[in-house]
Amino acid sequence: MRDLLAVWAGRVALRASRRLGYGGSSLPGQVALRIQPAILRRLAGRLRRGAVLITGTNGKTTTAALLAAILEAAGWRLIHNRSGANLIHGLVSAFLEAPTAGRRAPHPDIALLEVDEATVPEAVRELRPVGVVVTNFSRDQLDRFGELDATVSLVARGLDALRGRGFVALNADDPLVAALGRGRPGRVIYYGVAEAPCRAAGEAETREQRHCPACGRELAYRSFYYGHLGRYECPGGDFARPASQVLAREVDLGGPAGASLTVNVEGHGEVPVVLPVPGLYNVYNGLAALTAALQLGVSLPNAAAALARARPCFGRMERIAIGGRELLLALVKNPTGFNQVLLTILGDRPSPGRPRRRFLIAVNDRYADGTDVSWLWDVEFELLARRESEIEGIVVSGLRALDMAVRLKYAGFPMSRVRCVPHLGEALDVAMASGTARGPLYVTPTYTAMLELRDILTRRGYTPPFWKAEETWS
Amino acid sequence: MELSIGHLYPDLMNLYGDRGNVIALVRRCEWRGIGVRVLPLGLGETIDLDSVDLLFMGGGQDKEQKLIAEDFRETKGEGIAAGVEDGLPFLAICGAYQLLGHLYETAAGERLRGLGLLDLETRAGKRRMIGNVVAVSGLAGGRSRTLVGFENHSGRTYLGPGVRALAKVEIGYGNNGEDGLEGAVHRNVVGTYLHGSLLPKNPWLADWLITAALRRRYGNVGPLAPLDDRLEETTHASALAHRRPWLGLRWLRSGGAGPRFGPRAAKVAPFCSPML
Repeated sequence: MRDLLAVWAGRVALRASRRLGYGGSSLPGQVALRIQPAILRRLAGRLRRGAVLITGTNGKTTTAALLAAILEAAGWRLIHNRSGANLIHGLVSAFLEAPTAGRRAPHPDIALLEVDEATVPEAVRELRPVGVVVTNFSRDQLDRFGELDATVSLVARGLDALRGRGFVALNADDPLVAALGRGRPGRVIYYGVAEAPCRAAGEAETREQRHCPACGRELAYRSFYYGHLGRYECPGGDFARPASQVLAREVDLGGPAGASLTVNVEGHGEVPVVLPVPGLYNVYNGLAALTAALQLGVSLPNAAAALARARPCFGRMERIAIGGRELLLALVKNPTGFNQVLLTILGDRPSPGRPRRRFLIAVNDRYADGTDVSWLWDVEFELLARRESEIEGIVVSGLRALDMAVRLKYAGFPMSRVRCVPHLGEALDVAMASGTARGPLYVTPTYTAMLELRDILTRRGYTPPFWKAEETWS
Repeated sequence: MELSIGHLYPDLMNLYGDRGNVIALVRRCEWRGIGVRVLPLGLGETIDLDSVDLLFMGGGQDKEQKLIAEDFRETKGEGIAAGVEDGLPFLAICGAYQLLGHLYETAAGERLRGLGLLDLETRAGKRRMIGNVVAVSGLAGGRSRTLVGFENHSGRTYLGPGVRALAKVEIGYGNNGEDGLEGAVHRNVVGTYLHGSLLPKNPWLADWLITAALRRRYGNVGPLAPLDDRLEETTHASALAHRRPWLGLRWLRSGGAGPRFGPRAAKVAPFCSPML
């Protein structure tokens, strides 16, 4: 009775907040949780096959979206927190949003949930998932989590709470993630890339500390892929990059459109894969999604075919057409992610024939962005300065536009081509109106700046509110 | 003129954008035609006093601090101590600042012995002290100057009688959240909890360090050539506005648009010419 009341109240809150024009990605969950604190456990009980959790610093949303595309193509009915609300109330909201929340509706097959790192222990306890996917770890919002080690140990605690049930899919090339698999009972599967397809952003790229989880010695790297991902081993032989059961070869990043690769799966053979999203970081997201899909029983050829038809999601290298011009929106939230976005936009090598690129960088410092903007100094903006001849201009915007301008100045980018327009709407106008190039405008906002930008674009009639695009099946 | 900056443990002690400080020192030398090179000083490397004019060391997590504490003391301690007595400037942030004191007790209760160059002790507390900081410093001689930055630490540092504070806190916690003091200074050593983009946002401190380094190497060199710091000063001023709540009100009235702290006049700032 209490469950029904909680679901009903949550759905009323959902409808009300949408009527008022809000996305409603966490309030309904808060309402339902207030009435029935164990609501998540009850809702999860209705799932035919259980839940899969996706966590890590970068790539949660994209990995979940790619996995959703594979499972939807296989005809599964999904619960999915597509909007990226990944705290406990966000997970509850995802259940309430689905048409299956009603009593007579068919039960959903699976819940696909991206989960904030700090929420993993609670999510595992409440949902008892059939699988957990970990993407990668790097410094992110340290003002909230304190230090990276604390974040990693929270996820480790969550995996411990699985008690060997279900599968754990881990990134073999990230030593911080791979270390989670040491001595872990149950099904642990690794995914990784055989050879790095490109150079890293630069020698000075910020890398996380990388030490052997067994003996504490510094890991030796045969090569770096990006950040601290690569081929590593402990010089004392206590820890090494584990063999990947799902392994990518012949990776061709192919610029800002998408990547192609060959995936070799132990016991399933080899298959070519085309990803709809660009960049090496998205190759890992594709591999993570593929690994989970195979564990859930989808065949390798079907999974690969579905990946090619997936669409990039909300603000992750999303293309938006505005009156004959194109805008490419890429969320940035931490140094590793920002470096990958810059490298993906500029390409591995200078391309003299292409139109010069224009950027709009919007930095906010609200709670969801991280209130500390010093992470901007860990981003390799020197790359923009080194390749300034390929860049027409940069507009900086947001609450911390000035900090961003200072960063570009000290990176050595010519300030005659930087314009500071803190108000986002005006910045968009300036960036769209300026320049002669016909290439896309690359917009890299932090989280709340992206939501704001999305609102501005919606009000101008360019893109549907993201929750409308979300109701993918009924 | 030429300067060498020794960057201590750049791989291990580099939390929260600390390398921004080295970038700032390098650029502000280059813009003035002062040749500059950066020497990474990792585990096992000793310090040659003749080849280093300025030392920088950033923060780290407890784990990294433990990894370097012994090397810092045994391999580099003697060189650093001699240099400091000789006027060598040293900027130490957060974890590095803690290790310049006598003792740092980690959250796990481990006691790391520091260099003892600064008369202070640090103990990890339960609550992390996180947020924007505004502090007033008398470091630059007669005129007191403001420092702006961000702090994020659980260590509580208490100064002894043999060291003076870098600044008085106006906003934020500072050394321990109790005595209103921030950082410590001894000769040309500056220790502080303000991390990340400290020097680019406080160019006067960067120039103070550069001046000290030049004086040690070349004698009395006179004041540094002025730079166009309008962008840095605007950024500094907008951070200072943290201490003026009425600016926050004005921001609310403006519908939350534009800079949260700082003059709306900075909308199209003078230092940014239109894009081509």
